[in-house]
This record gives sequence, C-alpha cells and structure tokens, in this order.
Amino acid sequence: MTDSTPILSLKSVRKMFGPYAAVDDIDIDISEGEFFTIVGPSGSGKTTLLRMLAGMDQPTSGDIMLRGERINDIPANKRPTCMVFQSLALFPHRTVGQNIEFPLKIRGEDPERRKARALQLMALLRLPEHYYAKNVMKCSGGERQRVALARALAYDPQILFFDEPLSAIDYKLRKTLEKELKDIHRETKKTFIYITHSLEEAMVMSDRIGVMRAGKLVQVGTPHQIYTSPTTRFVSEFVGDVNVIPVSLGARGSLRMAENGRELKPPKLPAGFGNGYLVVRPEYIRFLDKAGDADNAVEGKLYNEYALGSRIQYQVRVGDAVFVVEKLRQQPFSGKLDDKVIIGWDAKDAILVTD
Amino acid sequence: MSPGFRASLPVVIFLLAGFAAPLIAVTWFSFMPARTFSFAGAATLENYRTIVESTSYISFLWSLGLAAVTVVLLAFIAYPVAYGLVRVFGKWSMLVTLLFTIPLFVSENIRLYGWVLFLIKNGVLLGTIKSLFGVQAESMLFTLPAIILGMVYVYLPFMLFPMSLGISMVPQDTRDAAVDLGASRWQVFREVELPLSMPGILIGCLLTFVLAVGAIAEAKVLGGQQIIPITHDIEIAFTYAQNWPLGAALAVLLMLVVGALVLLVLRRFDLDVLLGRR
Repeated sequence: MTDSTPILSLKSVRKMFGPYAAVDDIDIDISEGEFFTIVGPSGSGKTTLLRMLAGMDQPTSGDIMLRGERINDIPANKRPTCMVFQSLALFPHRTVGQNIEFPLKIRGEDPERRKARALQLMALLRLPEHYYAKNVMKCSGGERQRVALARALAYDPQILFFDEPLSAIDYKLRKTLEKELKDIHRETKKTFIYITHSLEEAMVMSDRIGVMRAGKLVQVGTPHQIYTSPTTRFVSEFVGDVNVIPVSLGARGSLRMAENGRELKPPKLPAGFGNGYLVVRPEYIRFLDKAGDADNAVEGKLYNEYALGSRIQYQVRVGDAVFVVEKLRQQPFSGKLDDKVIIGWDAKDAILVTD
Repeated sequence: MSPGFRASLPVVIFLLAGFAAPLIAVTWFSFMPARTFSFAGAATLENYRTIVESTSYISFLWSLGLAAVTVVLLAFIAYPVAYGLVRVFGKWSMLVTLLFTIPLFVSENIRLYGWVLFLIKNGVLLGTIKSLFGVQAESMLFTLPAIILGMVYVYLPFMLFPMSLGISMVPQDTRDAAVDLGASRWQVFREVELPLSMPGILIGCLLTFVLAVGAIAEAKVLGGQQIIPITHDIEIAFTYAQNWPLGAALAVLLMLVVGALVLLVLRRFDLDVLLGRR
C-alpha cells in the first residue's frame, strides 16, 4: 500500500442474473500496488465480480472507479487492466514469443521493440531465451503459466487480474508458483487482484484478503486478521481444520456447550451475546497433565493421529464431539491410540462468532 | 495372428472389398485394349494415348475450374453463415447445422429440377416478375452461372458443417483474452478466430472440392449440356460409347489429378501445425 487514494474502488456493485444476485452490493477500495485476493467457494460470485472488473461483464448497478473515474462502460479492450485466465487462454497456434508480443502487436509496435520487450519479460519470468520460437502448446504447465503472465505484463496494465490460474496445477508446483507470483508482484510493483477458492493460497500471497460467500463480501482483512479473528463461522472454517463448538450463554458469564451442557470459560464476550460458536484452532489446543493446566479442559479418548509433515494432528473424541488437536512434531507426547487424554485451551485463544 | 489383427479383420475385409477392389479393378481396366470387356486382355497404354491426343483436357479444365469457383464462392458464403450459427446458437449450432443437410434426403436431380422450374422462362421467378411488373427478363437457365449456382447450392452443407465445427472449436477464452489485451473486433477475428478455425475451413474446402470435381448433374440439368465436365465424358465412355477401358483411364487420370492437388494442399497447410499440436 504505497498510495492513499485507491486505484480501484467498488461502490455497491451488484450483478443480477434474473432474480438472483450473483454479486450482491460489494464495496471495496484497493490501494495502488496491493496484492488483493478474493476468496470464496465456487458459486460465490467471485468470477462474476472479476469479469466485471476486467470489463467482460457490466454490473447491473453500482460503480467501478479506476483512480476516481467511473469505468463501468469502458469495454475490456480499452481498459488499462489485464487478466490471466483460469485456462490461461494462450493462443495455441502461436509461439511463446508471439503470445507475449500479442498486446504489443495489437498496439502496432515495431517487431524489434516487440522482441526486445518479450525477451526482457521472459528473463524476468525465468523462461529460457530459446523458448521464444517454441510453440506454446509444447511448454509444460508451469511454463505456460509464466507465458500467460508475461503476456499480461507485456500489456503493461495498471492492474493485473488473476482468475484462479493455479487451480489446475499439481500441489508442489503450485506452491512454487505462488511464491514466484508474490516475488513478481514485488518486482513489478503493480496492483494484483487475484481470485481463488483456496484461502491457503490467498494467505501465502496476499496483502489483504476479501472472503466472499453467496455474492456478498463477508470479511476483508490481512491474512493475519482473517486467520486469527474471523468474524463468522464460515470464514473460520475456510482455512484448514478448526474446532467449532456450538455454545450458548451460561450462568455468570460462562459459555455452555450445546452438546453436553459443560461450562466453558469464554474469551471476551460481545455485548448481548446469546448463542453462537466457539472457534478454537487445533494448534491452540494442547494435551494436559491435569485439568487445571488450562482455562478450559475436557477429557476424551485419543481416537486417531495423522502425520502432516512438520505437525501431527490428533483426533480426540469427547462423547459424541470430535476435537482436532495439533502439535509440532518435535514436541514430546507419549499418548497412544485409545488412551484417555485431557485436552485444553486458554480462554484468550478461542474466538467467539455468532453465525 | 495377433488379437489386434484379428479384431481389425472385419474392417480390413470390408475396406479391401468395398474400397480397394473397385479402385484396382478400374485401374486394371484402364490398361485393357479399347472396347473390350475383359480383364484378361494384353496390357496397353493405348487408352491413355487416346486421351492425350483428344480434347478431353477441355473437360478436365471445366471440371477443375467449376470445382475451384464453387469452393471459393462457398468459402465466402459459408464462413459468415457458420460464424453466425456458432455465435447465435452456441453449443446447439451443430444441431442447427445438421438441419441444413435435410435437403440431402431428397434426390439431387429432383432438387435441381426444382431450380429449373424456378429459373425457367415463365417459371417461378420470371413468371412472377412478368405478372407483377410486366417485364420479360432473359432466363439464366442453361448458362454457366446457372451451373455454378446449382453446384454452390448442392455442396453448401458439405462446406458448412466442417466450418461450423472449426469455428465452434475456437475457445471463448482466447477471444476474451485477445479483447482483454486490447484487440478490436477485427483484430480478434484476424489474429485468433480465423487462424484457429482454419482446420475447419481447410477440411470444408477439400471436401467440397473433391465432391465438386465429381459433379455431373448440375451441368446436365442446369447447364443444358453446354458445358461438358470430365465426369460426363466418363459416363459417356461407360454407356453410349461402350468403351470401358477408355472410361476407366479417364477416371484414373481424374483421381490422380485430384489426389495430387489434395496432397499438395495438405502439405502446404499441415493440420497439426494449424492446430498447434506440433
């Protein structure tokens, strides 16, 4: 965030398909140079939103402002923005070089300058120089990603849009490309607006994340805010595994578990809280020697364990309720399957949400 | 015998009996002495000499020329139609294109005689003009344009189908991407749609060319036999003239000429290269 005036501003943007609002009353301000990610499950309206930002669809109502100017009616080919498609949409009949040079050719630049710029971009994206004359369909998945990005950068857009370009790529390469993309963002200092269904992916790359659900933007914040202070159960469940305990207000400001009536010590209670969910991340729950070692403790049976690489996850059954507990691999723990264990967490590590 | 070979045997036999055998028979017959009806005669090149010394080349040129003109006209007529069908009907466009083939269920001769009734003096077109405006126009029937009209009409579905298929295979994303990168409508067409639908155009052109070279009824019915295509010469050799070896030789020559032209085009435009697979 290098500038205080937003480069892109959405004001009550709405898109109706018949009676159904695919995008419902969205307001966002995006700062110059920001890496902003919109996350949501499929059908949440994120692609529709992006298509409106890129100029491929018009909003039913509301305004899209670029540096303070309304751009609703400016078609995609006149907007200083550019998109990397989910399918990449490379031109299969062209070489890597011709693909990257496409926007320059359209603009009427002469072939020598075009080639120079293409080679410059290829170097930035670590594509070998001899790929210039290679047919783009002969490139690997990761190379095609880079060609698509280079082509978009050749357009020299003020904002780059990304429509889940990494979703079809296998896990390991995706992790590499996520970091690469963030590096490219640093190097080019352009504004990136990225959409994905994976909050994990969004966390790695973004300056800020907006979570969408059923056409609405339910929460906007930094990755840290989204992870540590989700405002709804939906957002809290979006990253990894999480313990969600239905609770209601109990006696003397405590919380009562809906399942078994057990009293829990709450985090700071919002005014007028009636009932909702207590969210506890697995890494905040620990195995206890005795019940008094944490603010809240429950006794259960160690049902199963899952090795997650650097961490180990345990499933603990407390009556019918299932708790997910995680610890780092190097932390000592001698529990065996079917052992009776006491698990617990401190009140301040839990988050209370209402829906 | 490998299982694969055994499994392919029915198709192999079918192709040998239905495709290779007639071709071999015709080729064989072209080397038989003139006006004989046996495969057993002494092989000779006399039929080919007769053709070279005759004026058959005129018929060859008419056939190839008419086919070429038909293909060019069809390309310009069918592409916009196919483009419109695909853009308007989307994934249903193939079904709509199939409707264009319904006339094929009616015999070609009957359809052509329909055109005769339409074009003839005092027919549907000129008769209507005459009764409405009192103008007696000259009929275009039995002229070269009438033949070309008939051929364009008859072969339209064969051009339309591969073309719509080719155009419908252009991914919408590539169009969107081109627009997003600043291309105008015309630039999208020139840089993306035309090259990506080229395989369909090419297959349509080859198909209609090969079919149109074999056309015979159009010149007979709509051309009033003013123009004699090579197919007509072949038919006469096999029927009135009762000179099967000569007809066979003409047929072999036609196949060679058309085959060579098709190979030439396919070499010039490699379909795999056009589709970006290589």
